[in-house]
Amino acid sequence: MDFFVIAVIVLFFVIIFQIAKASEYVSVLKGEEKAKEESNRINGFLMIAFLIAGLIGIWWCNKTLAPKILPVSASYEGLKVDSMMWWTLAVTGIVLIITQVLLFWFAFKYQYKKDAKPFYYPHNSKLEAIWTAIPAIVMTVLVTIGIVNWYNFTKPAPKNAYKVGVIGKQFGWYYQYPGPDGILGRRNVDSIMEGVNDVGLDFSDKNALDDIVLTDTLRLIKDKIVDMTIQSRDVIHDVGLSHFRMKMDAVPDMPTKLKFTPSKTTDEMQKITGNSDFVYEISCDQMCGKGHYKMRGVIAVYPANYNIDVFNAANKEKTTFELVKKKRADDMANGTAVASTK
Amino acid sequence: MSTVALHGEHLAGVDAPHVHDHHEHHHHKETFISKYVFSQDHKMISKQFLITGMIWAIIGGLFSVLFRLQLGYPNETFPWLEDILGKWAEGGKIADEFYYALITMHGTILVFFVLTAGLSGTFSNLLIPYQVGARDMASPFLNMLSYWFFFAASIVLFASLFLQTGAASGGWTSYPPLSALGDASDGSKAGMDFWLIAMSLFIVSSLLGGLNYISTILNLRTKGMSMTRLPLTIWAFFFTAILGVLSFPVLLSGAILLIFDRHLGTSFYLSDIYINGKVLSNEGGSAVLFQHLFWFLGHPEVYIIILPTMGMVSEILAISSRKPIFGYTAMIGSMFAITVLAFLVWAHHMFVTGLNPIAGSVFVLLTLLIAVPSAVKVFNWITTIWRGNITFTSANMFSIGMVSMFISGGLTGIWLGNSAIDIHLHDTYFVIAHFHIVMGVSAFFGMFAGIYHWFPKMYGRFMNQTLGHIHFWVTLVGAYLIFWPMHYEGMAGMPRRYLDYSGWESFKHFGSLNRMISTVAIIVFAAQLLFVFNFIYSIFKGRKVKELNPWKATSLEWTTPIERIHGNWPGEIPEVHRWAYDYGKDGKDFIMQTEPVGENEKIEH
Repeated sequence: MDFFVIAVIVLFFVIIFQIAKASEYVSVLKGEEKAKEESNRINGFLMIAFLIAGLIGIWWCNKTLAPKILPVSASYEGLKVDSMMWWTLAVTGIVLIITQVLLFWFAFKYQYKKDAKPFYYPHNSKLEAIWTAIPAIVMTVLVTIGIVNWYNFTKPAPKNAYKVGVIGKQFGWYYQYPGPDGILGRRNVDSIMEGVNDVGLDFSDKNALDDIVLTDTLRLIKDKIVDMTIQSRDVIHDVGLSHFRMKMDAVPDMPTKLKFTPSKTTDEMQKITGNSDFVYEISCDQMCGKGHYKMRGVIAVYPANYNIDVFNAANKEKTTFELVKKKRADDMANGTAVASTK
Repeated sequence: MSTVALHGEHLAGVDAPHVHDHHEHHHHKETFISKYVFSQDHKMISKQFLITGMIWAIIGGLFSVLFRLQLGYPNETFPWLEDILGKWAEGGKIADEFYYALITMHGTILVFFVLTAGLSGTFSNLLIPYQVGARDMASPFLNMLSYWFFFAASIVLFASLFLQTGAASGGWTSYPPLSALGDASDGSKAGMDFWLIAMSLFIVSSLLGGLNYISTILNLRTKGMSMTRLPLTIWAFFFTAILGVLSFPVLLSGAILLIFDRHLGTSFYLSDIYINGKVLSNEGGSAVLFQHLFWFLGHPEVYIIILPTMGMVSEILAISSRKPIFGYTAMIGSMFAITVLAFLVWAHHMFVTGLNPIAGSVFVLLTLLIAVPSAVKVFNWITTIWRGNITFTSANMFSIGMVSMFISGGLTGIWLGNSAIDIHLHDTYFVIAHFHIVMGVSAFFGMFAGIYHWFPKMYGRFMNQTLGHIHFWVTLVGAYLIFWPMHYEGMAGMPRRYLDYSGWESFKHFGSLNRMISTVAIIVFAAQLLFVFNFIYSIFKGRKVKELNPWKATSLEWTTPIERIHGNWPGEIPEVHRWAYDYGKDGKDFIMQTEPVGENEKIEH
C-alpha cells in the first residue's frame, strides 16, 4: 500500500516534469517569441481567473466559517473589542479588495503585447503625498479608538470589584478566592505544601488566612466587575478567555491584572449557543510545556443575585489556612515531622 | 576600486586570477577546496548559502507536514511514523514533547536558517558586488567565515534533533523560565543548550555578513554609482544589514544570560519558582526581561526577512513591466522609515505580559505607523505594473504573488498592532495566519522570484519556466487555502501551539477545517519539491543562457560574462552614468546603467 502510494506520487512528478520539458522543446520549435506570447496569454488569463475565484472564495469561506466563530461577547469589554474588529475589518477589507483587484487586473490588462508602448512614469509627488497621507489619517483614527479602549481595559478596577486570583502551574489552574475580608492574601513559593497549600499562601499576611483555593471552576458573577490577579508558580502561562475577549499572561513573581465584566451567565450562554454542554473555558495561551494543549480551566458565571457570603460560609473549613493547620495536626499525631514548612 | 584593471583579457573559465582591492595580482591555481568549499568568492558563497538554506527549508517544511498530520488527524495513527521517528512516534502517534520540538524547530529553521541566512546570505552575497560594481566583498575572508559560522550553527542545530531528550521544544521564541529549566520540559535539557549555541554561532555569522554588506555598499561602489543610482535591491540589503547588525547582538546577550541562568546559577530571568516539587533558590530575576531582549531582535528580524524580498520584487516588477519602478525615492524613504520604526515596536509582541499600559499605548501608535510606509510600497508596486508591458516570467509571477501576500498579511497587522484587539487575538491562529502570510509566504515568494530571476547569473542556465508556472500557481492557491481560514480559527480564540483540540468545548468544531488545511499543506510541500527538482536539474541540464542580458535589465550584473569569473569583470569595472530604472524612456526599451547620458537627455538620478 505504502509502496503503491509512493509509486503514484513519483509517477505524478515524472509526468509533470515531462510536460514541462516538452514545453521547452515546443518553444524551440515554435520560436521563442511565439511560445512566450502563448504562455503569457495563459498566465494573464489565470491572473484574472485567480482574482475572481479568490473573491468568490473569500465570500464562500466567510459564509462557511463565520457561523463557527465565537458567539456574542460574554463581557461588556468584549463588545468594544468586537466593535473595533468590525471597524478594522471594514477599513482593511476595503483596502484589501481595492489593492488585490488592481494588482491582478493590471497584471491581466497590461500583459505583454507586441506593439505596446509602456508608459514611462517614474514618479508623481502629488500622488505619493496623497497615498501617504490617507493611510496616516486612517491609522490615526484606529489608534485613537484603540488607545481609548486600551485605557479603559487596563485602568485599575474599582475598590468594590469582585476580586479573584488565578494561579497557573504545569498544567492546570488554581483559583484563589479572598474569603470574607475581600482581600487576596500574599503568596510565597517557600510556603508551598503540595496538596495542601499548592499556591503557597503566605500566612504572615493576615489577608491570606481566610483565602480559599479551589481547582474545580472559577466562579464569576454577572454584571460584577472582575478584578483578577494572575500569577504563576513555575513557567509563564496565559489566562485566555476567548468568550470574554480577554487575555493576560501569568508570570512567575510578577502578578498581572485583568479586569472585565461578565454580561452573560453560563445558562444564558447555553441558550444563546443552543449547546447544553457550553462552558466558559480558560485556555492557556502561552507555550508552557508538553501539557500546554490540555491546560484547561472552566469558568461558571452565576446570576447577579449570587451570594458570595454563602460560598464563603460553605468553605469556612476549607480555607487553605485550615487545611494547613489540619495537616500539621495530623502529621504531629502521626509523629512525622514536616520538613518542608517554614 | 574602479581603477583596478587586469592584465590582458581573461576569458571565462580560463584560470581566472584573484583580484584584490590593493592593486596586487596573485596568480595561483584554484583547488577544489578553495573553489567550492572554503571559497572567498561572493558568488560561490552565495550558492553555499542558497543550497544550505534549501536543505534547511526542506527539513523545516517537512516538520510542518509532520505536525500538520497530527493537527489534521489527531485521532488517527500512522505506523510508518514510528518506523522513521522511533520513540517520538510510538504507536504511530506523535508524542506531545516531539510535537513541540517540531514546531520549535520549524520556526527556528525557517525564520533564521532559511529566511535570514538562506535569503540575505544568498542574495546580498550574489548581488551586492555585482550591482554596485565591485570585484568582491570588502572582506572576502570574513565573508567566507560568515558562511562557515552559519554552517557550524547548522551542524549544532541539526545534531540537536538526535538528542535523547529531544531538540528544544519551548517554541522558536524560547521564553524562560520554560526554556531555562530542564525540570520544566525535556526539550529544555540538552536540546536548549544546543539551540542556544546554534543561535550564538548563527548571530556571529549574521554579524560578519552584515558588516561586510554595509562596508561593501558604502565603500566599493564603482565610478558614477552614487547612492541614489543604486538599484533598490542594494538599498534593501543595506537596510537589512543595518537592522541585523544593530539588533542581533541584543539577542546574543539575551541568549548568553539564558546560558548563565541555566548553568551558572544566576537569576536574570528566574524568580520565585516552584517546579517538580522543589523551590528554586533563584530570586529577583524577570521572566519578561528575556522577551524584551528577544523581541528587540525578533521584531526587526521580520523586516530582516522581508526587506530583501521587497528590494528584489521592486527590481523584478520594473524589469518585467518594462517600466521604471514608480517612486524610487519614496521606495528608499519607506524602507528607511521601516528600518527606523522596526526598532521601536518590539513590545507589541508583549501587550499581554503585564506591560505597563502607557508603554502599550506608545507601542500601538508606533506599530500602526509602520502601516504607512508599507502602504506606500504596495501602491508604488501596483503603479509600477500599471500601463506596463508585462511578461509573466516565473520571477515576475512570484513577485506579483509576493505583493498580493504582503497586502493580505500586512493588513491583519493593523488588527494585531492595536492592543485592544490583540488582547483577544494574541497567540491565536489569527497570529499564525498573519505572520505566515506576511513574512513567511510573502518572503518565500520574493525568494523564489529572486532565484528564478538570477538563476541565469548564478549557473549560466535557465530554470524551466513551465515548472516555474506550475510551482507558482499551486503555491499561491495553496498558501491562501492554508492560511486564509486560519483567521477564522483565530477569531474563534483557537490558541496556537495546541496539538489536539478535541478536549475543548470551544475549539473542537474545527476538525474538518484542520484536515483540509493539512491536506493542502502536504500538496504545497510536494510542489516545493518540484521546485527543488527544477533547481537541481536546471543547474546541469537547464537551457543555456546565450546572451549577456537575457531579461533586458539595466543593472551592472548583466554586463558581466555569462561564465562567472573571479573578479566578475574581465577588464575594467564599468562606469555608471544613470540610475537602474531607465525602462521605456525616450522610446527605448531599456538603457543600461553603463550607457553615458545623451547630450539633451534628462535623467532621473
